Amino acid sequence: MLFFLTLLLVCQLIGEVAVRLVGLPIPGPVIGLVLLFGGLLIRGGEPPEALSQVTSGLLDNLALLFVPAGVGVMLHLGLVRDEWLPIVGALIGSAIATVAVTALLMSLVARLTGAAPSAEERKE
Amino acid sequence: MNAEQTAPLAEELYRVWVYLSASPLLFLTLTLTAYVIGDAVYRRAGLSPWANPVLIAVLLLVGLLLATGTSYADYFEGAQFVHFLLGPATVALAVPLYRNVRALRRALLPLAVALLGGTLTAVGSAVGIAWALGATRETLLSLAPKSVTTPIAMGISEAIGGLPSLTAVLVILTGILGAVLATATLNLLRITDWRARGFAIGLAAHGIGTARALSLNEVAGAFASLAMGLNGLATAILVPVLIRLLIG
Repeated sequence: MLFFLTLLLVCQLIGEVAVRLVGLPIPGPVIGLVLLFGGLLIRGGEPPEALSQVTSGLLDNLALLFVPAGVGVMLHLGLVRDEWLPIVGALIGSAIATVAVTALLMSLVARLTGAAPSAEERKE
Repeated sequence: MNAEQTAPLAEELYRVWVYLSASPLLFLTLTLTAYVIGDAVYRRAGLSPWANPVLIAVLLLVGLLLATGTSYADYFEGAQFVHFLLGPATVALAVPLYRNVRALRRALLPLAVALLGGTLTAVGSAVGIAWALGATRETLLSLAPKSVTTPIAMGISEAIGGLPSLTAVLVILTGILGAVLATATLNLLRITDWRARGFAIGLAAHGIGTARALSLNEVAGAFASLAMGLNGLATAILVPVLIRLLIG
């Protein structure tokens, strides 16, 4: 358990160091994610049980971890008041456009490449 | 809270507050308490996407901090212990992503095309609409990564010069809107492939959308969590490049 918690931190640390050394604009933890994912692919098979325990411990309560950052909106209340229209417009318009484009592309290309959904993958 | 209040009880309470707010314990506890309340409301509301626990917790805490005249910096002294865990939690996303690797291999080409198109649409439409409606540069940069799960989005926002805390709130609102609007949009387009429905919700609305997809259909849930992870990676790689091209 402690080993895998350390492993997560080591992956993140390597990511942070790499980002600063190379000057990548990608967040360090994302590099850490890629490292761990790559490690699991090389290892193959089911992920170790203790690793799954550590990661689900973190991910089951993922939403809680956003709260301190979200409270930071109090620093930008003026900005939100001044720019509520572009913000609301962008969020609603982009949510609909993103869902539509992604779903249409995925079902179209799946049909074209013969990867049509099986019966249980189809709605109704 | 006002020190001028003369009632002895209020003065006593004020002194206790001053003492407690100097240690991380108070705001760490309040952060957890606010979230527990938010989560209870969310369950009571039958997991309705409108009753998002993070949004409720944030509103409670912002109200409390403003009412007591506490600065965000003082609050963060305590809350940083929770905030710190975002980094390892991002790395931990590798495990659910790995579990879905078989589904990924089976529909590799449709997923790759949908991922690229979806990521570009999410960033391009948000920045484009906000720009057309007169948003400032800071807001545009904070909006660009809004479809991605919060820890990744905040990292991207920081890396490109946005406001990470504004991004955090925009990400949560995006998740709520995506979860509320996706079903109607998909039905209107007559998308019957659960894989495409799930992938679209997860890509547009990250973890909040994935939770929604999971509650509707198991296949949709698996593809939604796959989309959430892949879009996090794609956005982290594409947004800095796009921003350099679009905004300079």
